[in-house]
Amino acid sequence: MKTGKGARAGQYLALLAYLLFLAFPFLWLVSTAFKPARELASLHPTWIPKDPTLANFRQAFDEQPLLRAALNSLAAALGAALIAVLIATPMAYVLARRRTLLAKAATGWVVVSQAFPFVLVIIPLFLLLKNLRLIDSVPGLVMVYVVWALPFALWMLVGYVRAVPAELEEAAAVDGASRVRTLVSITAPLLAPGIVATALFAFISAWNEFFFALVLLKTPEKQTLPVVLTHFIGAEGVADLGPLAAAAFLATLPSLVVFAIIQKRITGGMLAGAVKS
Amino acid sequence: MTLATATRRSVKRAPVGVGGRRAADRGAWFLVLPALIPILVLSVGPLLYGIALAFTDAQSGRTAATQWIGTLNFQDLLHDTLFWESFRIGLLWAVGVTVPQFLLALGLALLLDQDLRLRRLARALAIIPWAMPEVVVGIMWRLVYNPDAGILNETLRDLGLGDGRDWLSGLGTALPAVIVVGVWAGMPQTTVTLLAGLQNSPRELHEAAAMDGAGAWRRFCTVTWPALRPVALAVTALNFIWNFNSFALVYVLTNGGPGGRTRLPMLFAYEEAFRYGQFGYAAAMGCVMVAVISMILAVHLVGRLSGGEDA
Repeated sequence: MKTGKGARAGQYLALLAYLLFLAFPFLWLVSTAFKPARELASLHPTWIPKDPTLANFRQAFDEQPLLRAALNSLAAALGAALIAVLIATPMAYVLARRRTLLAKAATGWVVVSQAFPFVLVIIPLFLLLKNLRLIDSVPGLVMVYVVWALPFALWMLVGYVRAVPAELEEAAAVDGASRVRTLVSITAPLLAPGIVATALFAFISAWNEFFFALVLLKTPEKQTLPVVLTHFIGAEGVADLGPLAAAAFLATLPSLVVFAIIQKRITGGMLAGAVKS
Repeated sequence: MTLATATRRSVKRAPVGVGGRRAADRGAWFLVLPALIPILVLSVGPLLYGIALAFTDAQSGRTAATQWIGTLNFQDLLHDTLFWESFRIGLLWAVGVTVPQFLLALGLALLLDQDLRLRRLARALAIIPWAMPEVVVGIMWRLVYNPDAGILNETLRDLGLGDGRDWLSGLGTALPAVIVVGVWAGMPQTTVTLLAGLQNSPRELHEAAAMDGAGAWRRFCTVTWPALRPVALAVTALNFIWNFNSFALVYVLTNGGPGGRTRLPMLFAYEEAFRYGQFGYAAAMGCVMVAVISMILAVHLVGRLSGGEDA
C-alpha cells in the first residue's frame, strides 16, 4: 500500500509522541534513582544526574527490609505460578477438548471473575484465611494468588491446547498409544512453551500484586515488595524521593525482564484464546 | 429413578461406547478437580459468602454473634452521601480513563500495524507500563508530579508556562492527574489487544479498497472498524470494569485525597472494611458496585451489539 510522504512523516511524528509519553515517566524514575540528595532538593531538576550516585540504593536497603520483602515476593510469585500452571493445565485440556456443561460453566466463571470487585471477595477470604490460621503468611497469600491467576491462565492455556490439533492425538491413539502416553509424548511437548509463558505471566501478576498483600499481610517481615514500597511514603504523603525511586526501580526489574521474555507469547496466547470461545 | 432407567437404556443401546466414554469422563473429572476445588473454595464460595455478609452486621473483632439484619445495610447505604460521592468519582474516573485509553490505544495500534521503521522497538517500549507493578507506576508518577523535584513542573517552567502547581494535592487537579496515570498504565494492554484484532482483519479487503481509491478514513470506516468492532467492544467493557475496580494506583498516588476528591469506591470500601472493621457494610458496597456496573455494561453491550446488526 502506498502512503504519501507527508502522511509517513506524520505517522513517524505520532509514533515518536507516543513513545515519549510512554517512556518519559520511567526515564524520570531512573534519573531520580541515581541523583544525590543535593540535586533532588534543587529547584531546577535535570534529566541527567550531574553527579550520579548509588547512595539512594544503599539508603533504601537501610530504611526498609527490601531484601526480605523481595524474598517474600519471590516465594509468593514462584509458588503461585507453579501451582497455578500445575492445576490449570489439566483443566484447560478438558475445557479445550470437550464441550460439556462444565466447560461452559468454567468459561462463565472466567468472565464473571473479571468483573466482581475484589472488595466483595477479600472480606470472606480474610475471614477464611484467619480461621485456617493462614492469615499474615506467605502460603496463605499463595493460595489467593493461585485462584486469582487461574482465570487468565485457563484462558491462555485453552488457546494453546486448541492450537494442538486433536487429529495428532487421534493418530497416536490409532497407532496404539495409550491415553497417557499420547498426552506425555505428543501433547505435552507441543504445549510446553505455552505452559512456560502462562507460568511466567502468573509469576509477574503475583510479583506485582498489591491489594491482597496489603490486606492479608500485617507483619512487616512477611510483607511483599509492593507493600514495603508504600512504606517509603510517609503518612503525610512526604517521601524521601531518592531511596523511593531506587527501591521502585529495583522492584520493577524482575517484571521487565520476565515480560521481555514472554512478550510475544502473551499476545499470541491472548489472541489464540480469543479466536474461539 | 428416571435417571437410572435412562442410563440403563443407553447402556443397552451402546454397550461398548458408553463404557469407554464413562472411563473418559472419570478421567476428565480427575483432570478438572485440582483446579475446580480451589475455584469453588477460594472464589465462588467467598463470592457467595460476601453477598451473604452484606445482609449481616458483621464487624471485625467483635465478640457478639453476627446477626442477619435484612436489607438494613442497603438502606443505610442509600442515604450515605459520602459513598455516592465516591461512586460518582468512581464513574468519572472509569469513563475518564477508559475512553482516552481506548482512543489513544487505537491510534497506537494503527501506527504499529503500519510498515514503519522502529516498529519493533516501539512495540517493546510500549509494553513497559504493562509489566510494571501498579505500586511502582504510582510512585513513578508521584515523582513526575512532584511540585519541586518533578519533571512536569520543571518542563512547564522551562516553557514559560508558569510555576506549575502541586498537581496531586490540588482540589481541581488531583482527579485529572490520576486519570492521566490510569490512561498511561492501561494503554499497552489495550494496544496489544487491538493490534491483535487488526492483524486478524482481512488484508486483501484493505488493499482492494485502496485500489478502488478509498481514502485512509474511508478504509478505516468500511474495512478496519467492522473487523475490529467485536474486539473493541470487549476490550472497552473489560477496561471499564477493571478501571472501576482499580485500587493500587490511586492508593499510592493520593490515597483518596485531597478531601476525598479521588476516593474511588474501592478505596472507600477498603477503609470501611479494614480500617473501621465494618465488614457487612463494606460487603453491601461491593454488591451495589457489582449491580450498578453490570447494569451499565448490559446497556452498553446491548446497545452496541444491536447497533452492529443495523449497520
